[in-house]
Amino acid sequence: MAECPGGSSARAAARPARRTAPRTADDAPPVVLRARGLRKRYGDLEAVAGIDFSVRRGECFGMLGPNGAGKSTTMRMIYRASPIDEGSLEILGLEAAGGHNDRAIKRRIGVVPQEDSLDQELTVRENLEVFARFYGLRGETGRARAEALLAFVKLRDKAEVRVGALSGGMRRRLMVARGLLSEPELLVLDEPTTGLDPQARQGLWERLRALRRGGTTLLLTTHYMDEAEQLCDRLVIMDRGRIVAEGAPRALIAAHLPPHVIELHMDTAGALPEAVAALGDAIERSELLSDRILLYLHDPDAVLSQLAHALPEAEVLVRRSTLEDVFLKLTGRRLEEG
Amino acid sequence: MRAGFDPAIVWAVWMRNFTVYRRTWVMNILPNFFEPLLYLVGLGLGLGAYLEGPLHGPAYVAFIGPGLMAAAAMNGASFETTYNMFVRMTFSRLYEAYLGTPALVQDVVLGELLWATTRALAYGCAFLLVLLGFDLAGYRVVTSWWALALPPVLALIGACFALIGQCFTSLIRVIDLYAYYYTLFLTPLFLFSGIFFHVSRFPFGEQIAWCTPLYHSVRLCRGLSQGAVGLEQLVSALWLLGVSAVLFAIVPRRLRERLVR
Repeated sequence: MAECPGGSSARAAARPARRTAPRTADDAPPVVLRARGLRKRYGDLEAVAGIDFSVRRGECFGMLGPNGAGKSTTMRMIYRASPIDEGSLEILGLEAAGGHNDRAIKRRIGVVPQEDSLDQELTVRENLEVFARFYGLRGETGRARAEALLAFVKLRDKAEVRVGALSGGMRRRLMVARGLLSEPELLVLDEPTTGLDPQARQGLWERLRALRRGGTTLLLTTHYMDEAEQLCDRLVIMDRGRIVAEGAPRALIAAHLPPHVIELHMDTAGALPEAVAALGDAIERSELLSDRILLYLHDPDAVLSQLAHALPEAEVLVRRSTLEDVFLKLTGRRLEEG
Repeated sequence: MRAGFDPAIVWAVWMRNFTVYRRTWVMNILPNFFEPLLYLVGLGLGLGAYLEGPLHGPAYVAFIGPGLMAAAAMNGASFETTYNMFVRMTFSRLYEAYLGTPALVQDVVLGELLWATTRALAYGCAFLLVLLGFDLAGYRVVTSWWALALPPVLALIGACFALIGQCFTSLIRVIDLYAYYYTLFLTPLFLFSGIFFHVSRFPFGEQIAWCTPLYHSVRLCRGLSQGAVGLEQLVSALWLLGVSAVLFAIVPRRLRERLVR
């Protein structure tokens, strides 16, 4: 109980009985969010160019993509800060397009926007108590909810401090607590750990995992691949307003790349391509970067001995293929290498 | 257009501002008493002594007192819905945070409007107390039972100026533009709305002033304070109500275009 704010675990347990939504044959949890042909245009820019995806109850669903891929625009449409141009978006059984269900939707979801929007003029506790009133939680009820959430995000000893005096990680945790005031069935987080140091990121991840254990569905955007691998059950990769891949992190890697990578670093990169060409069919995919070459393959051992012979002075690193490799394969290296 | 207002959320917006204000209210409320005192002593007693005719001496204090009270309500409301609102909307991203809750834009507009009206009422009533103090000292500033209607009228004046400020705020992108709002709008109103002299002394003064909100505010406050209540005061009250209603229909739409994109 200490793990979960304000009894959300109890509610999560009660939810399956309460819902009568039709289940699929394999008894997967019901869909809580479904986008079909979702589009959003800003002037000449098609920020979201017709995307389809769905999120099931209890899962942590990630949206990855480079800056400008359309992640935040999608998030804003979900938490009703952006009107929907085209397509449909069903959130907890309510249609968001057209805007008629905005208030009903917003009552049942929690929002952690990308930019810090804490109230600088209030203390940590006041931030929660003031925002509790927006959910109809007043007086003792609001105070109790604020207290429970302060404990959940581990900010109890900072309760009377002005927000300006908090560290970046603490401010993010307070943003999460504010997003949880309504005990949401779905918590939407837009780049929750951008700009945080590693300790603060770990701390936040740990709280998000606790939430998921309590039954809250999480939908988050990130451009950190390790974050997506660590937290997400399923994810989509977006690029230029479209979804370019979808699946569980492991499955995505398996679907798009061989399991292993050999990284070759050498000062004189010119000699590399010839040596690689000599390796023949063992290399399933190679990428030439300015300072190194990446070889994707199934069996690194056989190739390693050949390489040691051909390029004795090269620095060789063998590792598993990661989500980051998939991401870069699908969205290109234009920013990094451009 | 959609879903109307949620009273609990309107109240929550008001309470947020009150929570911030409460911390410093003693510091905030004191200037509200000094300001009228300075005007009434400096202009009323000081300048009034040089005037001849019906506005000589104590009569000039009685003449400018009610109008200055209207201006106090104007200032109280204006500051809230200009600089303060702009900061909440842009730099501090507070409205973004509000809109992440079940709040819709119209709830935020109404909550801010009620808060600005509250501030105007506080300013105006502080001024009224000072005027009553002058009455005790023998000046004849507030002389009629009609004065009991002053608080709601001060609230109406506050609401009208709050909405004008909100409307301007919804149109501008740069905070520096408020300098124009203050020097080219509020200051001329302060000088040419009949607080210090009858605007009829300028050609078309009366006609031009009739089109502006502070003129009607002054006419109402002076009439109610001193018992000269007639058709003019009714027209002025309706003028302020009508303009407020029109702006209240426009402002949420303007801000929605800006905040929900």
